[in-house]
Amino acid sequence: MAIIETVGIAKRYPMGKRKFTALRDIDLKIEKGEFTGIVGPSGSGKTTLLNIIGALDHPSEGSATVLGKKVESLSHKDAARLRNQRLGFIFQTYNLLPVYTVYENVELPLLLLKMNKEKRRELVETALKRVGILDKIDSKPAQLSGGERQRVSVARAMVKEPDLVLADEPTANLDVANSHNILNMMLELNRELETTFLFATHDEKVMRYLRRQITLTDGRITEDIEKEPEPVSPEEV
Amino acid sequence: MIKFLLKGLVRDRHRSLFPILIIAGGVGLSVLLYCYIQGFGSDLIRTNAIYDTGHVKIMTQAYKKIADQLPNDLALANSDQLVQELQNKYPEMEWSQRIKLGGLLDIPDEKGETKEQGPVQGIGMDLLNSNKNINRFNLHKALVEGNLPDKQGEILITKEFANNLNVKPGHTATLISNAADGSMAIYNFEISGIIQFGVSFLDKNTILVDIQDLRSALNMYNSAGEILGYFPGNFNAEKANRITADFNQEYSEEGDEFSPVMVTLRDQNGLDQMLSMINAESFIIIGIFIFVMSLVLWNTGLMSGIRRYGEIGVRLAIGESKTDVYVSLLWEGLLIGVAGTIVGNILGLAFSYYLQEVGIDVSGMMQDSSALMSTVLRARITTPAYFIGFIPGLLATFLGNAISGIGIVNRETAQLFKELER
Ligand SMILES: Nc1ncnc2c1ncn2[C@@H]1O[C@H](COP(=O)(O)OP(=O)(O)OP(=O)(O)O)[C@@H](O)[C@H]1O
Ligand SMILES: [Mg+2]
Repeated sequence: MAIIETVGIAKRYPMGKRKFTALRDIDLKIEKGEFTGIVGPSGSGKTTLLNIIGALDHPSEGSATVLGKKVESLSHKDAARLRNQRLGFIFQTYNLLPVYTVYENVELPLLLLKMNKEKRRELVETALKRVGILDKIDSKPAQLSGGERQRVSVARAMVKEPDLVLADEPTANLDVANSHNILNMMLELNRELETTFLFATHDEKVMRYLRRQITLTDGRITEDIEKEPEPVSPEEV
Repeated sequence: MIKFLLKGLVRDRHRSLFPILIIAGGVGLSVLLYCYIQGFGSDLIRTNAIYDTGHVKIMTQAYKKIADQLPNDLALANSDQLVQELQNKYPEMEWSQRIKLGGLLDIPDEKGETKEQGPVQGIGMDLLNSNKNINRFNLHKALVEGNLPDKQGEILITKEFANNLNVKPGHTATLISNAADGSMAIYNFEISGIIQFGVSFLDKNTILVDIQDLRSALNMYNSAGEILGYFPGNFNAEKANRITADFNQEYSEEGDEFSPVMVTLRDQNGLDQMLSMINAESFIIIGIFIFVMSLVLWNTGLMSGIRRYGEIGVRLAIGESKTDVYVSLLWEGLLIGVAGTIVGNILGLAFSYYLQEVGIDVSGMMQDSSALMSTVLRARITTPAYFIGFIPGLLATFLGNAISGIGIVNRETAQLFKELER
């Protein structure tokens, strides 16, 4: 069964008297283990679609089934549970909590899952090791570079080993070297853990890594292609 | 999770320290103001009790009916004997016989012709046999010129009155008034000293006379218009009511206009209304504080909420439900409220305690010192003072957080992220 399946999704925003259509007729199927990106110009609806899939927003029309749940009919509580147990989010602006240490930031999703302390420590350290930032475990976000912060936020998204990671412009605030580092890391996690990744991006660097690329134009899918990823190895950058 | 939230609370000063300071300040001020108003109230009672009402007062029933006309023809007969009985019956109390009068004070020249004249209010009480009234009226402090009376025929006159009549200690003053038997009373006194109380209606035209002199002047042998009773400490409404009931049961006879009747301080001069008003005033002040502090805290809540869009957005994305986040915001508010209230209470009570025990002397800031009204800013800690701060402290924080929290949590989750990206 597909991990994500949308049928006829539309999203309209009120704009004065008329309505602005941000998405229309979105039919999409994404299988487990995909490394897929939604690309397109600014304003084409990428974030809107990602938010609907992440149960953060409701579609105006149509239906989205994510990990077996129909997101448009989930209550706030059930949507929260779905995000908590099975989804990971990575944001353009990292969104680490400034008053907490790296360890505490990554631990937060596990606290909500009510895991015991030993298990939490084990998982947090594994996640930080995977993103190569175990040495900064006790730092505060303000003491980290942009690249390091995004690694922490990847670790936070990955720590509970979710089925699906939604990443909205994860490289927008990173330089070239850091972008490739993060992308290589995600690709590896995808291979190793079979985590499904769905990006929203207009960054060429991200596109090189995608195995499937869905293009949105004015809220419609205009292209959906499979391709060979062309990762840039750390030595090249 | 609770530990996690507490950590955040403690580490983020914008969320903990600053709101706590605001609440502590507001609560401290509320408590202090409350205690100050209570102190003001008890000062008012104290002053009234001294010159006019006593803690309890005995008059004849007939006198009581028209007491503001100072009907000395209706005075208590054999009052010395009554005081004796009272002293035996209620040994813990002090009793002071009073005669109040209205009339004219006439200042003659060398030939005995009127030089100056003015309306006078006289208070007759024991000034020579003991210094009870001297201390009660704080006369040593009130004396601005001359001496306190030390023999019959000497009186004290207030400064403003003395200035108007152009008299000095040593001068003669003639009292013209109605005697108790209805005849005209004319009596010569010597002014021994000039006093000032710092209470305007007393300072205007008052003379203090020894009661024996007034008895002679007004033909009131062995009688007194009023007998005032004082408890050793502050006025105690419960005790006063008990003694009053007891006394009236024994002495007061229905139908006998000349039988004595006792009333408490609260029954006189509209003091009861005044005290109720003072209480109402304290609650209005507390109400205003709640309102203002809610506004301020609502605002700080909103401000810190805006700063916390990121945190709240992430917590929602990671899988907390809106209800959980809202409830945690309320708990935070409650914790901050309790902490701020406790700190504020301690501060407010500590300062009030200082005002109660030591006081701040503001006589330097006043033009004339006041012997009767206290020139020392005083507070009084009553039982409600321990609790009153919790009302603004908790209510305001809770309201502030509840309102600002709704604003944050009710946003579309997706919208929170959009705002983050800016
Ligand atoms: N809450 C909203 N109210 C009204 N219009 C909105 C709202 N959110 C998004 N839009 C509009 O919907 C369209 C799609 O927005 P979206 O954020 O999905 O674009 P995007 O493809 O992610 O763009 P970018 O690459 O700049 O992030 C835009 O034109 C935007 O102005
Ligand atoms: Mg976007």
